[in-house]
Amino acid sequence: MAEMVKDIVGRCEALFEDLHFDAVKQWKAAVPGRKAIGYMPVYVPREIVHAAGMLPVGIFGGGDQMEVIQGDAYYQSYICRIPRSTLELGLTGRLDCLDGMLFPSICDVIRNLSGMWQILFKDKYVRYVDVPQNYLDSVGGEFYIHEMQVLRDDLGKLAGKPVTDDALRASIAVYNENRRAVQDLYAYRAQKPWQAPTSEVYLVIRAGMVLPPEEHTKLVRDYIAAAELENRPKRDNARVVLTGSFCEQPPLGLIKSIEMSGCYVVDDDFGLVMRWLLDEVPATGDPLLELSKAFLHRSNQQASKYDEKKEDKGKLLVHSVKFYGAEGVIFAAPSFCDPALLERPMLQDVLAKQKIPYTAFKYAENTGQMAPIREQAGTFADSIKLWSAA
Amino acid sequence: MSTPIQMMPSQPSKKPAPKVQKEDAMWLQKEMINANYHELATAHERGKKVSATFVPGNLNELVMCFDFARSLPETNALQNGMRKKSGKMIMDAERDGQSEDVCTYVKADLGMMLGGEIGPTGEKLPTPDLLLLSYTGCFTFMKWFELVRQKYNCETVMLHTPYQGDGKISQSMRDYVVKQLKESVIPTLERVSGVKFDIDRLRQYMKESARAEDDLVKVLQSAKNRPSPIDGYFGAVYYIGPMFTAFRGTPEATQYYDVLRKEIDARVRDKKGPITPEGELTEEKYRLVVEGPPNWTSFRDFWKMFADEGAVVVASTYAKVGGVYDLGFRHDPDHPLESLAEYCLGCYTNMNFPQRIDMICRYIEEYEADGLLINSIKSCNSFSAGQLLMLREVEKRTGKPAAFIESDLVDPRYFSAANIKNRLESYFQMIKQKRSVAGAAVAAH
Ligand code: SF4
Ligand code: SF4
Repeated sequence: MAEMVKDIVGRCEALFEDLHFDAVKQWKAAVPGRKAIGYMPVYVPREIVHAAGMLPVGIFGGGDQMEVIQGDAYYQSYICRIPRSTLELGLTGRLDCLDGMLFPSICDVIRNLSGMWQILFKDKYVRYVDVPQNYLDSVGGEFYIHEMQVLRDDLGKLAGKPVTDDALRASIAVYNENRRAVQDLYAYRAQKPWQAPTSEVYLVIRAGMVLPPEEHTKLVRDYIAAAELENRPKRDNARVVLTGSFCEQPPLGLIKSIEMSGCYVVDDDFGLVMRWLLDEVPATGDPLLELSKAFLHRSNQQASKYDEKKEDKGKLLVHSVKFYGAEGVIFAAPSFCDPALLERPMLQDVLAKQKIPYTAFKYAENTGQMAPIREQAGTFADSIKLWSAA
Repeated sequence: MSTPIQMMPSQPSKKPAPKVQKEDAMWLQKEMINANYHELATAHERGKKVSATFVPGNLNELVMCFDFARSLPETNALQNGMRKKSGKMIMDAERDGQSEDVCTYVKADLGMMLGGEIGPTGEKLPTPDLLLLSYTGCFTFMKWFELVRQKYNCETVMLHTPYQGDGKISQSMRDYVVKQLKESVIPTLERVSGVKFDIDRLRQYMKESARAEDDLVKVLQSAKNRPSPIDGYFGAVYYIGPMFTAFRGTPEATQYYDVLRKEIDARVRDKKGPITPEGELTEEKYRLVVEGPPNWTSFRDFWKMFADEGAVVVASTYAKVGGVYDLGFRHDPDHPLESLAEYCLGCYTNMNFPQRIDMICRYIEEYEADGLLINSIKSCNSFSAGQLLMLREVEKRTGKPAAFIESDLVDPRYFSAANIKNRLESYFQMIKQKRSVAGAAVAAH
């Protein structure tokens, strides 16, 4: 059944490489009047977009295959790559299939890009999606519910009909299913990383940025089943958690290089939108309230989110190391990424106290030179092996 | 955040060099700043608690209600930059694990901590008892205080100010900030200080603030005169210093702004130009609007490049990072908490891009400027990400030439005097050409 994994991954790869978003165009063309809404990392409540009958589309920059010409004219050299390649996608008409764009509250670069988008793409719906940094239901929760309500009203207007509570509940259920499937995929990879290498898992996750969630859930389940039927050699690799890549993505070649250097990636923060909420959102009751509670009390930890207490810093990373049985952590952050790079020393401090080894490097989405990273990851893997043998 | 400001000429403790001209208000300010550093340095021995907070959206009036000594790490970084101490601090922080890519204000502060917390005036600064994380207009603030907390283990309270993503302040945003004040900020300030909150005391401070704010606006808007009696960027950093930092709401600040306004009024009457490090500018040749913070490590040289060419900055966005008073905001003692919320929400870097561009275009028109100059700061994504679009839009809308230079706030490695000077010279040439073309067109009619 090796065919099947090959087929599934092949399909995902084609979706990943298609910077003209044909899958989105096809989805829209299937039913006249359908709309698609883009969103950037790290998290937006996609349930609301879905409940409005629209396709949420994750825009993760241009990768290493696209030449950025116009986008570069908008940014100084000391700003990361993702906003320029995203602008390039927009300015070259590749995002014309989107009826709107959501810019999450993640950093000042994406924040400012929301206003640039308003200026450059005047005919599109544009919204900056703010999220609370205060986690009390009566304070941050109320604010967040209001933010979500505005989005809901806006999308209702765009769709031509209001987004009902029932539609929202149904969408919550759909995303619960998707989240479970993705969690199962991560659990499966951690258990048998040789069967489900990260270069494949990554593509399966990225497919979820352009496919409807129902279809993606099935694809994830199919991949897990197919991967289990593969007969792949188990290597004596070091098990690592990769962190810092929640926004601008490393090139696929970099992920492959890390694996080839002797590392099994058993957890990562790519495509975090799918695992942002940590568990089920009740699909009964007040939908926005439930989404808010999930965000406030049961969501991921990441650099753009405030840690209320010092003791909380790095908790989830350490948990992930323990839960997935990792032996070390690789910090892989985009160059010039303030959130990831400012978070890094704090996380390293926490890891050092727990005696968890780590290494760190920077990349850009168009990094071409893999040899130094492969070498660094290889040395790290070797040192972990030596360390654990000692 | 790129921010603030209290400045004084380079060597604060020395006698003034005879040739340097300064207004009385400058001396007054210098005294205030030095006194505040001394107050900070001795706070703990005097049984006072110390708070640290950021400039944009700072809650100075509120914090004073709890008798805190007030430290502003951005200002410390700035002062250290002006005293040429920041370069080493930044490198120390990088050696300690900070990335070369991130904001240098943060690194200057962390480097100062590593170096034993010796403040700009040479006195040791105390470890804060409370980090008031007022998160207005910049994400880096959050990481900054998380980093400080990691080292010092001090109590931290967050005030999250939502961003004006669609260019306005909604009731929900206001309510959110007010609720945070009531439910987390004020109770924490009470607990850490042991002082009970007295809203009338807050009102009293806010009355002082509003009075001083009126005067500050008059000073900043005096640049609409020809010649402008002030420099609205280099000079304005002195003018906004007390207002944006630990003094807003104090009678001393009110007095400072009163003295300052009178001085500036007199300059207007006498048709005098601004005082620059080289003395009074006697011939105003170019009027500019500037976007972006200044460079602090070569502040005087930078200013001199303008003054030598007869260029005066008539308005700057940087002078609004701690409040857009010229657009009408005033602290309102009748609605104290709501008004604090409005203040935090309104600061310049919390405004969205279309708003920022509108403001610049308006300045160019109202202050009759020849064009826009952007000083793009490597450190600061909040200001800098997207400035090239700003430049295009402003040029398109006003028809006035715009130019772009790059430097950094406090990292001397990113200040290239020769490049900047060249750039400025060609920019001034461009303005001249535009003028002569426009003049010729008028003559031809
Ligand atoms: S890569 Fe980092 S700095 Fe760049 S947009 Fe993403 S979060 Fe912001
Ligand atoms: S990024 Fe800019 S606004 Fe934020 S702390 Fe640094 S200099 Fe200040």
